[in-house]
Amino acid sequence: MELARKKRDIFGSIFINGIRLFFFILVFVLVLILSKIIYEGIGIISLEFIFDAPRNNMMDGGIGPAIFGTLAVTFIMILMAVPLGVFAAIYLNEYAKDTFLTRVIRTSVNNLAGVPSIVFGLFGLGFFIFFIGKNIDEVLQTGLLFGQPCLLWASSTLAVLVLPIVIVSTLEALNAVPKTHRDASYGLGATKWQTIRNVVLPQARPGILTGTILAISRGAGETAPVLFLGAAFFLPNLPIADICIGGYCISMINPAEQFMYLAYHIFILATQSSNPTLTLPIQYGATLVLIAITFLLNVTAIIFRYRFRKIIGRI
Amino acid sequence: MNDLNKTYDVGKSDSPVLEEPAISNFGKKISLSTRIKEKLLYYFFALNGIMAVVFIALIFIFLFKEGFKALDHIHVSDFIYYNQQQANNTLQKVYEWYPTSSIERYSLIPLILGSLLTAIPATIISTIFGIAAGIYLAEIAHPKVREFLKPAIELFAGIPTVVLGFLMLVVGATLINDFLNPANRLNAFLASLGLSFVIIPIIASLTEDSLHSIPNELRMASYGLGATKWQTISRVILPAAFSGVSASVILGFGRAIGETMIVLMAAGNAANLTTDLFRSVRTMTATIAAEMGEVSQGSNHYYALFFIGIVLFTITFFLNLIAEVIINKMRKKNRL
Repeated sequence: MELARKKRDIFGSIFINGIRLFFFILVFVLVLILSKIIYEGIGIISLEFIFDAPRNNMMDGGIGPAIFGTLAVTFIMILMAVPLGVFAAIYLNEYAKDTFLTRVIRTSVNNLAGVPSIVFGLFGLGFFIFFIGKNIDEVLQTGLLFGQPCLLWASSTLAVLVLPIVIVSTLEALNAVPKTHRDASYGLGATKWQTIRNVVLPQARPGILTGTILAISRGAGETAPVLFLGAAFFLPNLPIADICIGGYCISMINPAEQFMYLAYHIFILATQSSNPTLTLPIQYGATLVLIAITFLLNVTAIIFRYRFRKIIGRI
Repeated sequence: MNDLNKTYDVGKSDSPVLEEPAISNFGKKISLSTRIKEKLLYYFFALNGIMAVVFIALIFIFLFKEGFKALDHIHVSDFIYYNQQQANNTLQKVYEWYPTSSIERYSLIPLILGSLLTAIPATIISTIFGIAAGIYLAEIAHPKVREFLKPAIELFAGIPTVVLGFLMLVVGATLINDFLNPANRLNAFLASLGLSFVIIPIIASLTEDSLHSIPNELRMASYGLGATKWQTISRVILPAAFSGVSASVILGFGRAIGETMIVLMAAGNAANLTTDLFRSVRTMTATIAAEMGEVSQGSNHYYALFFIGIVLFTITFFLNLIAEVIINKMRKKNRL
């Protein structure tokens, strides 16, 4: 009996140490990948690399326009996705009763998160460009302006893509606000909107912010949908237009232009540039910048969420 | 008796205080403008909720509207095989994706095979590593270590896939070439290795969640009966969390089928009809990504690509639905 027990223990400890081994192999490989990118990419990173445009048939210069394009696209994306997502989540959590309709909404939002990103690209092409864009052109008589791939439609498509992230994290944040706080507010005579604005939203703000940051990080890293929605190999000019009112001119993002995109830039340099080996340092540099951006955003989101859960846990 | 009834009636008319605060029994104190504002805000939020659903519905509608137009010009059987005339006037079925040749061939078989040939090995690798990592985090690691490692794993889930594709292209391909000497430099195995990096964090994180949700009483009871740690994990915890773990594997597989950039960069993009892991393949996602940019709107090729989109959407939608049903069942069971 004692012997059998010992055998079982040996057997068990082999398995447990096996799992440990698997885990540490995993961590080792991940660390290896990261250090490879940092090691190869850090040499080229400089202020010129980050702000300059590509020169000399992409073999020289920096990735400035690609970074600018990424910022412009994600900025417009956030302007569209966050209000819509947050308001929709407020409706679902605060106003709507648990009906068949709300369950349909919840299920489809969850399932939307699993739809492949390339399918969103198809949707953007079929709906935004060939349906909405073409019709705008016809109505406004603008020729071929909106009925072709451009920054606006790329941002819109990415906005639909990140919508579930915003809705789900806002729902989680609103749900975490205790019902007693709402009841207390109603008890003091506050109306529904006063309660939402003064009691619920301030507490849910870190959670909503987490969702926004995650959405930016997701949008900046996506490549597949922008492949045929206006991302360009190389553009001599930034997608900027001057808007002048009464002599005062402001430079604004021009949503009807094509754009360069950091993630797309990496893809195109690695697969379709005239000399992939010569541009390899630039590819590593661009990869390092992209990874740094997404990691920074994700770490911020994780810290926010951690703090938020701690605060909610205390209440 | 009469008095009681009276008070009851008054109370009833005043009762919906908590349900409809905007028109509560304090209604007289709330001015008309406030009430209108409340009502307008309600409609505003409801409109946003409906807009979100409309967008989801639009994806569905436009994908299917464009995709089913393909069936006007391309017969369903053409999506499976093409009858090629041989020299001796017999017909032979060929399974080829050649939409740009003079005789257009639209067989989806090599593309579906390509998708499976990259997704299945990736899911197998990720299941082993992902579940091991999940068990380690939930059951073996020190709680303080877990607090640090769990976010780290989630961080890796956020790596842009184009980065992984790039690494597979410049580093992975050389390594695989040196050690395994494959038939093609870029092949299905290379792509599935790249896919694993995306799926492992998903499976690990969800496995950890479902193991974590198992009540501690089960562990204590098992230890109380004299079971060792491994016996507790393998015979009590894992069976109890089986549905959650399998849901995570299904979600991981769905993700692998739908992933684009890694297979576009690392799988070689030749629509070979093969089951050889070490040959180039072309997946459904990579086909859309590579060909959509050059196709003219309204051509058969354009609609055929949307049809692939329908196939992809349907597969991933049902995989997600199955996973969600499993997870919901598990939640209900754990609550009881």
